[in-house]
Amino acid sequence: MAEHLTHEHDVLVIGAGGAGLRAAAEASAAGVKVAVISKSLLGKAHTVMAEGGIAAALANVDDRDSWRVHFADTMRGGQYLNSWRMAELHAKEAPACVRELEAWGAVFDRTADGRILQRNFGGHRYPRLAHVGDRTGLEMIRTLQDHDVHLGIDVFMEYTVVSLLKDGDRIAGAFGYERERGRFHLFRAKSVVLATGGIGRAYKITSNSWEYTGDGHALAYHAGASLMDMEFVQFHPTGMIWPPSVRGILVTEGVRGEGGVLRNKDGRRFMFDDVPPAYANQTSNTEEEGWRYTQGDKNARRPPELLTRDHVARCIRREVREGRGSPHGGVFLDIAWIKDRMPNAAEHIKKKLPSMYHQFKQLADIDITAEPMEVGPTTHYMMGGVRVDPDSQMSDVPGLFAAGECGAGLHGANRLGGNSLSDLLVFGKRAGQHAACYAKENSLGVINSGQVAAAEKQALAPFERDGAEGPYAVQHALQDMMQDLVGIVRQEKEMLLALKRIQEFKARAERVGVTGNREYNPGWHTAIDLNNLLIVSEMVTRAALERKESRGAHFRDDFPVKDDKFGSFNIVVRKGPGGEMHIRREPIPEMPLELKQIIEEMK
Amino acid sequence: MSTATFRIWRGEKGAGKFQDYTTEVSAGMVVLDAVHRIQAEQANNLAVRWNCKAGKCGSCSAEINGMPKLMCMTRLNSLPLEKPVTIEPMKAFPHVKDLVTDVSWNYSVKKSIAKFKPRPPDAPDGTWRMAQKDADRVQEFRKCIECFLCQDVCHVLRDHQMHDQFIGPRFLVYAAALEMNPLDVQDRIPALRKQYGIGLCNITKCCTKVCPESITITDNAIIPLKERVVDRFFDPMTKLFRVFSGSAR
Ligand SMILES: Cc1cc2nc3c(=O)[nH]c(=O)nc-3n(C[C@H](O)[C@H](O)[C@H](O)COP(=O)(O)OP(=O)(O)OC[C@H]3O[C@@H](n4cnc5c(N)ncnc54)[C@H](O)[C@@H]3O)c2cc1C
Ligand code: SF4
Ligand code: SF4
Ligand code: FES
Repeated sequence: MAEHLTHEHDVLVIGAGGAGLRAAAEASAAGVKVAVISKSLLGKAHTVMAEGGIAAALANVDDRDSWRVHFADTMRGGQYLNSWRMAELHAKEAPACVRELEAWGAVFDRTADGRILQRNFGGHRYPRLAHVGDRTGLEMIRTLQDHDVHLGIDVFMEYTVVSLLKDGDRIAGAFGYERERGRFHLFRAKSVVLATGGIGRAYKITSNSWEYTGDGHALAYHAGASLMDMEFVQFHPTGMIWPPSVRGILVTEGVRGEGGVLRNKDGRRFMFDDVPPAYANQTSNTEEEGWRYTQGDKNARRPPELLTRDHVARCIRREVREGRGSPHGGVFLDIAWIKDRMPNAAEHIKKKLPSMYHQFKQLADIDITAEPMEVGPTTHYMMGGVRVDPDSQMSDVPGLFAAGECGAGLHGANRLGGNSLSDLLVFGKRAGQHAACYAKENSLGVINSGQVAAAEKQALAPFERDGAEGPYAVQHALQDMMQDLVGIVRQEKEMLLALKRIQEFKARAERVGVTGNREYNPGWHTAIDLNNLLIVSEMVTRAALERKESRGAHFRDDFPVKDDKFGSFNIVVRKGPGGEMHIRREPIPEMPLELKQIIEEMK
Repeated sequence: MSTATFRIWRGEKGAGKFQDYTTEVSAGMVVLDAVHRIQAEQANNLAVRWNCKAGKCGSCSAEINGMPKLMCMTRLNSLPLEKPVTIEPMKAFPHVKDLVTDVSWNYSVKKSIAKFKPRPPDAPDGTWRMAQKDADRVQEFRKCIECFLCQDVCHVLRDHQMHDQFIGPRFLVYAAALEMNPLDVQDRIPALRKQYGIGLCNITKCCTKVCPESITITDNAIIPLKERVVDRFFDPMTKLFRVFSGSAR
């Protein structure tokens, strides 16, 4: 053990996206010694890709908005499986967090009277998303990055954690490698914050990058923490589908917020054909009213294109299945049509959606100001993750915290667009604050050299094998399988088959070999990440089998309706004592009366 | 399906050579797709940085047929595929492995620039008022994805290796975003002149030409900053004096 380079900190933050950077800033402000580790360079984490905006009831554009409406919208979107306490804290604290970003240098788009502008988004009753064109995530991560580098935080860029270390029940640190030289490092810490993001790489068609291999989910699982809501994987309705090499790249919901409409090959706006009863009161029934809504008419109701993502994704899938899709197997998303409604439409689109304009022009030879885009569903976001205390964000493992996409609770069965960036700020801040408290109250845990040796041995194993098969082949096969068998529409038979396949893939992964040395070797890294993807895929599949109903992002062909019985608990996954995967149903705590009343009022 | 050949720089710490890989190419592919296919099928340990594959993160910078570009935004149909496509790492930074370079210098430069410091809030709720047209100017600079391609082509860094005297176009853009932010009250003009070395830029505009975000680096950021430096340090009287005394430069 002594041979490993060792670092000591009070709080160790794993992940440098919005959640990690916000947590680190807060912990550092509390006066403790902080380190941040990330797989990529600073400023490149997934948060940089977020487009549409940050949801917060600032009420700058519509003064009827308040935390209460935001709370009710979030719970409705999550089909009431959300942690109501997290939804409450989130709605109350998001506005201050957005203002704080401005104080740290973010430059948001402005209202006519010079305040932060907000835009419409699916499932939000009022225009609520603070934004910067369609590159809000870049603004957010850059602001946090530029703030954090002046706080004396130790940043370890291009380092990957492969194992969490424990001292008895509590956390003691983490073990990982540096990409450039392949050396191992031991990070001792009094508390650890997981902020590792999502799992999108478990699927073939995804808007997510190579980093999204569910590392945090797997690290927490092996460390004995509980995870919940793993059956809820969000498929975003609008990803690019053509040409093949860009398949999955996101087309922001902002396109629809600015007036973009969905049509099938017959030119029909099919979203009008299927509006769920819970949203009927809030949805426009004429094209005219829908247009007025996107242009800020406070008396108009939102167009059906802005219904929740799970619903829109399934409607698109239906159109395609029933033969009304676009040439490459999607549907049309049209923003160009607004030229019938406004002068200078082309300029307006370029100003409001610059990176979408760019993306289509450069990658698909399509000018979105003149012609429609072809879009289809893409794996986008993980609602499930580490189960945490809603106030402190601490997991079942003392000293281990989680925030951002790798945590669970806020979004329930389906996340509303814009609620992730605000989640990162609100709960990143809380995790940082409580991790600092924990660090002040506890000393460093003892490092168990056996754990370190085991983690090292496992990480190096692929070099020992002359495996005929490389890691990429297994990864691609797994992605194809998950897409086919545990995708947007699920059924028992297929998922049982998926479990069988996962076991086969595990056996293949055990034999995977890598070539070359340890220095900056992506083959080796992929071999390590593969184990995480496999565990995460198994968690998703087992949780999805257990939920025998359709709710939010989880849709079962064999149980196509929502079942109240299943509305009273979350599904929780944990590693059993013998290493087997354990699934249990955990009742949702009773909601306080005043929150219930808010939900009733807003129905 | 047709094939194309990619001549990729392989090696560590500057030592290395080009190696040819032939792979299948299909409609709409970008250079990064081809590199990934080669990595998955022929060279598992080929080192390359990428994250978003959509021109948003600025990770995948390289020199493609000698031109500094994002690999994920360079379509194969924009390149002549009859001959091999060369892909090399950026030249202005120390080499690590294959297509990866050590860009850490950029991060230390960023740290040396005084951070955002806002004036007291305009409203009692702690918020500010800013007109969109003022925001527009700053937002152009804040589009920067830190791909460092502009740093790569700037001759002051690439050819003259003056990394210790000049912060480079990326960070002049960063300084401009701060200086032109109507809320900011920090003064970076003296530092621009001295530590940041703005005088070393002789407005060749090579940086502007390669910026994937189409930021008008020279005209909108560097020249206005140069003017501010001139206004501060060379007021009209001294300038006049210099002209007459023949010491004008
Ligand atoms: C294209 C796109 C658009 C989106 N648009 C919006 C939007 O408009 N509004 C919204 O609210 N949400 C949006 N989202 C969702 C939102 O961007 C993400 O959910 C959010 O950014 C996740 O942030 P995070 O801090 O949890 O993780 P990330 O930003 O993903 O950061 C994860 C960090 O963890 C590090 N890491 C991971 N594993 C390890 C390991 N083993 N060791 C060390 N470090 C590790 C990574 O390197 C990275 O630094 C969008 C997502 C995508 C993909
Ligand atoms: S204009 Fe100035 S900063 Fe830009 S490349 Fe030329 S010398 Fe460098
Ligand atoms: S200014 Fe342009 S070229 Fe330079 S780092 Fe930023 S995005 Fe890249
Ligand atoms: S991979 Fe993000 S810019 Fe190319």
